[in-house]
Amino acid sequence: MNESTPATAAPLARLIDELYKLPGIGPKSAQRLAYYLLRMPVAEARALASAIVEMKERVTFCSICQNVTEVDPCRICVDGDRDRTIICVVEEPLDILAIERTQSYRGMHHVLHGAISPIDGIGPEDLKVSELLQRLRSGEVQEIILATNPNLEGEATAMYLTRLLRPLGVRITRLARGLPVGGDLEYADDVTLARALEGRQEIES
Amino acid sequence: MPVPRMYKTEGIILRQRRLGEADRILCVYTPTFGKMDVKARGVRKTTSRMSGHLQPLTRCMLQLAQGHVSDVVAGCETLESFQPLRDDLDRLSRALYAAELIDRFVPERTHSFPTYRLLVETLRRLAEAEELDQTLRFFEMRLLDQCGFRPELEVCAGCGMRLEAVDNFFAPISGGAVCRACGGGGMGARTLSLNALKVLRLLQHGSYNDAMRVRTEGTLGREVENHLRSFIVCVLERDVNAAAFIERLRREGAQHAVEA
Repeated sequence: MNESTPATAAPLARLIDELYKLPGIGPKSAQRLAYYLLRMPVAEARALASAIVEMKERVTFCSICQNVTEVDPCRICVDGDRDRTIICVVEEPLDILAIERTQSYRGMHHVLHGAISPIDGIGPEDLKVSELLQRLRSGEVQEIILATNPNLEGEATAMYLTRLLRPLGVRITRLARGLPVGGDLEYADDVTLARALEGRQEIES
Repeated sequence: MPVPRMYKTEGIILRQRRLGEADRILCVYTPTFGKMDVKARGVRKTTSRMSGHLQPLTRCMLQLAQGHVSDVVAGCETLESFQPLRDDLDRLSRALYAAELIDRFVPERTHSFPTYRLLVETLRRLAEAEELDQTLRFFEMRLLDQCGFRPELEVCAGCGMRLEAVDNFFAPISGGAVCRACGGGGMGARTLSLNALKVLRLLQHGSYNDAMRVRTEGTLGREVENHLRSFIVCVLERDVNAAAFIERLRREGAQHAVEA
């Protein structure tokens, strides 16, 4: 990206090039970050560099749930207090953090590492679907919660998994979809409102 | 006439990609401005009031503000959500295939009312039709026609002689059907049965209702599909991604049927 000019020292130009490869970082942002790192104390720069290297060397995927972890199996998979009969299937590792923050789920997880997007050429073979099927072979699992994102790719993934898992006889559930807390009804789109009506619940007295 | 700073247009969201923290770049096909990329800010947050209206395969009314690189969505409202497409994987995969073809064939910022209308009608048909694959074949043939890539089916695309009522060949590189003399030499030509030629001609000249009256299950349907697909791949000089997914669903469906 960065043409080597006499005004930019070669190591700095190299750093700008590397930063530019990151998602959401344009040429100007890459330059700004590089000059910020240049002015940073050496100890802080070393800490950042070693954090990146350590992350790459030590973090791996859990062989059971496919979440990112430094010990395999991950802490959630070896936790004896968790309910092993339920697996919550999510698209990305960050989704596990969101679900764990609720503190209302005590089952297991499974990360697909993406969602089906036929237009972009991302099919089931690019996701951790076979690993999920492998987990179901033990017969211990009774319920699969499909917690893929409520967008077109997430819905396609959920529909595909439903089709694939239904013959195995496990209970398949989908996270409820409807109106967000704090939202206005008048701004809701047709699909969300229709789903909210479908999933309406009786008010218990 | 220059486009005002804020303007309204209807459009169909063809595809989307993530941008930054919570934004998306949407590829929208509009009847007035053609295909264009627009930026939708904050639509990946659950609190976004616009995200539900801006899902792919939604026909919506957009209010856009001109931006430096791409225009920004300032407001939107769903006109048609094609709900049955989202509840059925077979319908959805075909609709995404249609959206991908539009994305690949239509150049940016080139408006075409007939092509826009074709896409809207196809999405409506895919939401309701029983014969999804025949609906797609009709769409493919009309799209090729409207984009200037109409396959030659009346005379031999090689020598110009009238095609005889026998099995001929289909050679995408030559531009359509070719006679036995011209197709025998290779050039990617495949046998084109007389029935498949008749179906292709019907798709080209007949109405949608005419095309739907013909039963094309089994080998005839697959033959027509393969010829049209090879023609499209030849024109685009690349595969259509969504086709692989449709193929996979079909294969797995057949496998489940055998197991059951």
